[in-house]
Amino acid sequence: MQDKDEGRQTRREFMGRGVRGACMLALGGGIGFLGSRSQGEDSLWQIDPWKCVSCGKCATECVLDVSAVKCTHNYSMCGYCQLCTGYFDFESNALNTGAENQPCPTGAIKRKFVEDPYYEYEIDQSLCVGCSKCVLGCNTFGNGSLFLQVQHDRCVNCNDCAIARACPSNAFERVPSSRPNIQKKV
Amino acid sequence: MSVVRFLFIRSVVVILLTWQTAGAVERFPPPNFETGYAIPEVSQSTARSEVYEYLDVLALLVTLTLITFVAFRYRSRKGIFLIGVFSLAYFGFWREGCVCAIGSIQNIAMALFNTGYTVPLTVIAFFCLPIMFTLFFGRTFCAGVCPLGAIQDVVSVRPMRVPRWLEAGLGTIPFLYLGAAVLFAATASRFIICEYDPFVAFFRMNGSLGMFALGASFLLIGMVVERPYCRFFCPYGAILNLASRVAKWHVNITPSECIQCHLCAESCPLGVIRFPTASADLPVQATPAHLRKKDRRRLVGFLILLPVLTLAGGWAGWELGPEFSRTNARVLLAERIWLEDTQRVEVKSEESAAFRATGASLPDLHKEVLHTVRRFSIGGLLFGSFTGLVLGLKMVFLVVRRRRVDYEINRGGCVSCGRCFDYCPVGKEPSLEMPIQIERAAG
Repeated sequence: MQDKDEGRQTRREFMGRGVRGACMLALGGGIGFLGSRSQGEDSLWQIDPWKCVSCGKCATECVLDVSAVKCTHNYSMCGYCQLCTGYFDFESNALNTGAENQPCPTGAIKRKFVEDPYYEYEIDQSLCVGCSKCVLGCNTFGNGSLFLQVQHDRCVNCNDCAIARACPSNAFERVPSSRPNIQKKV
Repeated sequence: MSVVRFLFIRSVVVILLTWQTAGAVERFPPPNFETGYAIPEVSQSTARSEVYEYLDVLALLVTLTLITFVAFRYRSRKGIFLIGVFSLAYFGFWREGCVCAIGSIQNIAMALFNTGYTVPLTVIAFFCLPIMFTLFFGRTFCAGVCPLGAIQDVVSVRPMRVPRWLEAGLGTIPFLYLGAAVLFAATASRFIICEYDPFVAFFRMNGSLGMFALGASFLLIGMVVERPYCRFFCPYGAILNLASRVAKWHVNITPSECIQCHLCAESCPLGVIRFPTASADLPVQATPAHLRKKDRRRLVGFLILLPVLTLAGGWAGWELGPEFSRTNARVLLAERIWLEDTQRVEVKSEESAAFRATGASLPDLHKEVLHTVRRFSIGGLLFGSFTGLVLGLKMVFLVVRRRRVDYEINRGGCVSCGRCFDYCPVGKEPSLEMPIQIERAAG
């Protein structure tokens, strides 16, 4: 009985050692395979502005209470229009900063007179909620110089981005952290 | 500036639009400023420093080493608990639960089956390090390095025993969850582990009502049932369960020889302490002969059932594959476009409108989707076979009886939380606390 017991113990131990070794080998092989293909650096979520259709889900789907997505302005693409449809609503009754006349729900888009008839438009990112209403306006009638970008100082970089899951145009993608933004340029 | 002028310009713009299709077009070329106005730079958010990622891996390595050392060398439940609190604070509340070892399964599966996706080195480390530690020391990762384990460990007030049949039944869920998670990640469809992560809403203090409700119910149940997520859902726990069975070393209830005092018998809130089947008084099997015969018959039956279940599962999975593929966004898109084009639905969805606006070709989408559906069929076949195999093996293991002389830990299920250590009187100086412990163990 005693001998049989000992024999069983060593057999189990032997099998355990074999399985353990196989597991370590498999893990090592896996690391080697994936590691050789890895870029090493972390990946981040970003919006491809060319794919974005300004559906507004960035403002509502993000796990953060105020979305990590905010509007960015590429000034070099801007037409500096006096009549900016990102600044004024399509159907505005009067061209002033009344809440009913502006697409931006938080008044985050500010303008400054440059010279006649040009105005500079600036996004106050502390107010922006990423609803993309101004982006829609700018893309519909303007040059499309306003576009959405994930702000990495706010984004918690979820493994499974909730906005990416809901994005209708597949505009969310993982980018390497050395190139964290997808700029809109002409 | 009048409204009339605005409407006029708008009509001009509409005319312009008929010439130029969507996208960024220079409808209004950037002006040549005369006042020396300098065009500002685009504001860009910079990526968080990579240092944090490396700090995470370092923290993982340090906490794993520390908790293993505390469990083996000091056998201190308090130490394990404190490391758990630290992990909960660091990996949970400060790093907000991403990326974790449990979720990393999906990144690894996705990277293995999709050449376009590359997995960061830190994620590989989060996947591999706990498995390596488990292969040598058992599931010390679960004890107090995993923030999901730690939060359940903290809220556990008065854990009660789960009946053995229920425990065995629910215990198969993690394996099936693991299979499903790999299937959906490998087909680049969904990350279901992250989608249904019960505690991430608490870690971020933010999230949908559903996520909070799920988390709250797990925490409430966790007050009376020890670690419900770890035992009955966690897919990473399923991997560690297997790894822990072949671990080189594992924490023991007793520091040296078991003296058969029975004090630890009821100490495990997870119910993974197995009772002796024989003792010095009962040298042969404690199970009566007729029961053993019945078990043997059952075993033969289950062994025959095992390949049947595997094949049936595989067939069911193959058949259900196309149905599973409807979780994939591209498949849903193709289906929606077909519904719209054949006038089966009236309203155009945002997704289909966005796809049409890109001008991408429909045959290409169909090709891609057919490829995905085929992958789902094959994945479904594998997932189904795996499901059948898991259920079959579970039944086989239920009727296999091993002879045990001592109280032993079921290494697969044990998370090395260290609660049983204090119950073992071996090697302890008799102290004032001892009667209380004995009382607790008995009651």
